[in-house]
Amino acid sequence: MHTKTVSVFDASILWPAIGDAFIKLNPRLMVKNPVMFVTLVGAAISTVDIFRSPGQTLFVAQIALWLWFTVLFANFAEAVAEGRGKAQARALRATRTQTSANKISGDRIEVVDADSLRKGDVVIVRATEIIPADGEIILGAATVDESAITGESAPVIREAGGDRSAVTGGTRVLSDEIKIRITANPGEGFLDRMIQLVEGASRQKTPNEIALTILLAALTVVFLLAVVTLKPFGMYSGTLFSNAVLIALLVCLIPTTIGGLLSAIGIAGMDRLLQRNVLAMSGRAVEAAGDVDVLLLDKTGTITLGNRQAVAFLPAPGVKEQELADAAQLASLADETPEGRSIVVLAKQFGIRARTIHELPHAQFVPFTAQLRMSGVDLENRQIRKGSANAVRQFTGSMFPAEVEKVVEGISLSGGTPLVVATKQLVLGVIHLKDIVKGGLADRFKRFRAMGIRTVMITGDNKLTAAAIAQEAGVDDFLAEAKPEDKLALIRQEQQGGRMIAMIGDGTNDAPALAQADVGVAMNTGTQAAKEAGNMVDLDSNPTKLLEIIEIGKQLLITRGALTTFSIANDVAKYFAIIPAMLMVTFPAIAPLNVMHLHSPDSAILSAVIFNALIIIALIPLALRGVKFRPLGAVQILRINLLIYGLWGVILPFIGIKLIDLIIAGLHLA
Amino acid sequence: MNAHQWLELAVYIAALVFVTRPLGLYINRVLDINGRTWLDPVLRPLEKLTYRVLCVDPAKEYDWKQYTFAMLIFSLVSCLFTYAILRLQEYLPLNPQKLGALSQHLAFNTAVSFTTNTNWQSYGGESTMSYFSQMVALAIHNFFSAAVGIAIAAALVRGIARHTAATIGNFWVDLTRITYYLLLPICLVLALFFVSQGMIQNFMPYTTARLIEPQTISVQKTDANGKPVVDAKGNSVMVNQTLDTQTIVQGPMASQMAIKMLGTNGGGYTNANAAHPFENPTPLSNFFQMLALLCIGNAMTYHLGRETKNQKHGWAVWSAMFVMFLAGVMLCWWAEARGNPIHQQLGVAVADGNMEGKEVRFGIFDSALFATVTTDASCGAVNSMHDSFTPLGGLVPMFNIQTGEVIFGGVGAGLYGMLIFVILAVFIAGLMVGRTPEYLGKKIEAYDVKMVLLAFVILAFIILGFTAWACVSNWGLAGLNNNGPHGLSEMLYAYTSGAGNNGSAFAGLNANTPWYDTTLGIDMLLGRFGMIVPLLALAGSLARKKIVPASAGTFPVTGITFVILLVGTVLLVGALTFLPALTLGPIVEHFLMLKGTLF
Repeated sequence: MHTKTVSVFDASILWPAIGDAFIKLNPRLMVKNPVMFVTLVGAAISTVDIFRSPGQTLFVAQIALWLWFTVLFANFAEAVAEGRGKAQARALRATRTQTSANKISGDRIEVVDADSLRKGDVVIVRATEIIPADGEIILGAATVDESAITGESAPVIREAGGDRSAVTGGTRVLSDEIKIRITANPGEGFLDRMIQLVEGASRQKTPNEIALTILLAALTVVFLLAVVTLKPFGMYSGTLFSNAVLIALLVCLIPTTIGGLLSAIGIAGMDRLLQRNVLAMSGRAVEAAGDVDVLLLDKTGTITLGNRQAVAFLPAPGVKEQELADAAQLASLADETPEGRSIVVLAKQFGIRARTIHELPHAQFVPFTAQLRMSGVDLENRQIRKGSANAVRQFTGSMFPAEVEKVVEGISLSGGTPLVVATKQLVLGVIHLKDIVKGGLADRFKRFRAMGIRTVMITGDNKLTAAAIAQEAGVDDFLAEAKPEDKLALIRQEQQGGRMIAMIGDGTNDAPALAQADVGVAMNTGTQAAKEAGNMVDLDSNPTKLLEIIEIGKQLLITRGALTTFSIANDVAKYFAIIPAMLMVTFPAIAPLNVMHLHSPDSAILSAVIFNALIIIALIPLALRGVKFRPLGAVQILRINLLIYGLWGVILPFIGIKLIDLIIAGLHLA
Repeated sequence: MNAHQWLELAVYIAALVFVTRPLGLYINRVLDINGRTWLDPVLRPLEKLTYRVLCVDPAKEYDWKQYTFAMLIFSLVSCLFTYAILRLQEYLPLNPQKLGALSQHLAFNTAVSFTTNTNWQSYGGESTMSYFSQMVALAIHNFFSAAVGIAIAAALVRGIARHTAATIGNFWVDLTRITYYLLLPICLVLALFFVSQGMIQNFMPYTTARLIEPQTISVQKTDANGKPVVDAKGNSVMVNQTLDTQTIVQGPMASQMAIKMLGTNGGGYTNANAAHPFENPTPLSNFFQMLALLCIGNAMTYHLGRETKNQKHGWAVWSAMFVMFLAGVMLCWWAEARGNPIHQQLGVAVADGNMEGKEVRFGIFDSALFATVTTDASCGAVNSMHDSFTPLGGLVPMFNIQTGEVIFGGVGAGLYGMLIFVILAVFIAGLMVGRTPEYLGKKIEAYDVKMVLLAFVILAFIILGFTAWACVSNWGLAGLNNNGPHGLSEMLYAYTSGAGNNGSAFAGLNANTPWYDTTLGIDMLLGRFGMIVPLLALAGSLARKKIVPASAGTFPVTGITFVILLVGTVLLVGALTFLPALTLGPIVEHFLMLKGTLF
């Protein structure tokens, strides 16, 4: 499911959303949103009032109409946000075809419907067949096309044991045959959960959303008090305020802008993650991403390109560089590891063409073993080995030249890995293997530092190597010689200090740490255990995705805060529009308070109500896209956003209400 | 607005700034059970004895529920104690004027009023209270209610400052230490100073003086039973009465006045409060009364900074308060100095500004400053008639109270009131930095927001609700001395003052009626405890949380951006809540005055 970015105003989403806006008028749904519920009740009361206000019918009717619009606009915003998710869910469902499965029962294989599979069943999937449900490979290895989920067309290898054993229902086996133990019941699989999440069916309010809803509800209560008590105050002062006017004032004051857009913002946040192929298991996780203080990043794959590469041949005294390169290449010809291949490639730069194994008839290749800790080749007349300095020292049985020792030490100090190349008789020199730090990371980490987020690199390397890479990559800190339990301990320790931790991982040994972290992103290629433990899954299995996740989390919170501030700041202008209009008849002396010089009391009130409704529509794109995120410190972000959403929140409605008033007066509507 | 007045304002501000740090440091020690002060040799034994008598283990700290329970029990018992004394006044000693017992509703209103640090007075002190009532029933509450306020603030600050703690302090220890180490010593010095200025302190019966110039006044004729005599048309029969003597009040005034100001109580010994020559003899006593009034509220911000190890935050809160203080003083002073255009048309006191209801000894500036200061704090002592201020001049004190008296504020109450706005500001704007809102490392979550807003909504509810009730009911309108928007202002001010535990009055209202006494009593109770209980719950919730270490991504609670944000929140939230009501009261009145209509 490689999602295209769905445009905010896509016709296929807009039309159904209009219909949904009406369906959502159901009071039982509306009551979950106190602000809009009050607006709904207001709209209903003023509709009844149309028929009880002789002489004022047109005015009250217009007020009622715009109040209904206010509610509908808010519903529409939510429907559009959901519509985008639904469109993606449809795309997902389309990839799911009815499949059958070869279930192993006892000693025979029977073909059953995929939907009848239960957790624990074992099935066999052969080439070109579709994997019937989520599971774990227990036997064999296969190439699997996971493009249905990741959008990535290159097939991936899945094999029993290790960290790449999980397979997802709906993906296709391209070659070989695998035996799978099913790990999810029908309807509970990964794809199902994904569809549910995308559709927003299982959406629950996040903690921060709940707190904000409480604030909005309390503000609504306060304004309800302020407006309801105006009736007796008016009676005392000899002014009878009509229901329509009081309701208009109330709806303008309660924070309808944020109240109407709040759930759309939340849905859109999940949606933005999904567009980057990250699946959040809950909105809570997205929110938590904004709060992260510390990022734990595995060195390999995240900070460095997966593997070390040979960057230089450093010959021993009396040995030509060419000679060393030749020997190094010979020793690596059969070495299929990326390091080995990089040595072959580097040697080519010295004019040594890559030979195939068959060109060397008597060659005997010595594979790398944990005991020997070196690999190489036995030719007719000589044995060539490459490996760690200690291993090679044992192999040659003689002392290294001092220069070689110095070179080995130097490479270690710089964070590289020295591989010594030698024959039984002679130390030829050293290959410098180096971790290649991904481009652009240092810059990215700098942005995070500005936002107050600390990056910690986790590596199994020794401290020297780790320090050098940490410096090159620009991370703030590193944990060297880390075992999985060290990772967990580090997370616990940071959390004890009140910090929130995000990490990304794939292996089963990452699972405890993923579960402990506040934001645990599991890679889709990872094990089932890792995916269960984390609260997000990155479908692209791209470790740097963590950085984007954090930005999206922050953007979500900033959007909420900005629109809340904007909504409350708007009230100032609305007061200046409505209050003088309400009192003008009884107390003409307060005319100077009508600072906008609005046409008439009726048009003033109507203009405020119309502005209040239209601003919701106007802000839907912002709510769905999210406000612009700037990687700055909190002080600057606050200052900028206060200026934009606070100050303009005060000024803009003055302009908007005045313009609407001019139009109303021009059309003789009030 | 002359140079001398500007100078006095500058000196007042300088003095306020000067006391902030030393007093803040001292309070910090008082609020720490292990804190050492130079009064230890004298007061430590007394403190220990008190704990023994109260059977309190000072080392045992309370969680928020236990703390709240202790505070409520203490308030209830002391309130009943005062009620009993007031009801039994005629049988109690030190009553040379043979003053009778108070009515049920007045005793209820007064007991509640002093327990809640409001000191709303539906009675005239010199004609209602015996010396015993003044000293025992009322003055102890001046100490205790002030100490309770500071204790609550201390508990809340502990909640903010502590990392995953279950407890927020020991109420009895806080109460004892604040009273012994903070209030009593300062009051002792202050009382002696007031005596030096000519304030009285005695137990003599009231004295009678012969007037040099006898006055003739017109009074209602009464029959033998004291009932007004009416003529055939039902009008009262008026008779002339010549007065050649005046009763001059006596009593233990200086001791009462010190704590009245320092504890932001404000309950006057006499009905004229700080406008009475005995209660406020000289410009110097006036100055120090105003300083005493704000000094603890002012220093509490320093305590906040000290306790949370973020002194810049303490000063940021102070700055926000100061900005609003200065704006209020300037507006009130300007409005009063500008005077009433109608007076000017009549040629009355053109140069002096609006001198109606002001003590000539103090004049425009000292009255405007006093009115602002006393409503910035929840004091309620007055040296002029707020009822007679120009509409805009009177708007300042009312708005000060409606925003929650957070401009330095009542002792303790000002700080915890301001912290409500701090948390609101942090919550609303905090999201804009892209994190779950945090206040000094404490995440502000649904429960905290709920408690803060509960405290806030209760205030709006009782102020607007009671005023609305009063202005459409017969009992409400019967108490009014003025009609029109000014009458609305009087009622609004009364319930605002009660809910805000201020106690000052617009004074046009005749509030000693069963309805007003009772509703205002409930108003004061809810205004105090309806706010304190959620805040203690907040303190408990905050204390349990971890402190997230600050980083570049942390919401800044220092610096000019925060100060602007905080002031904006106070003004906006306060304005948005009360603006409709204020428009129908003082704002309409202001525009009508400009058009030549008075009430």
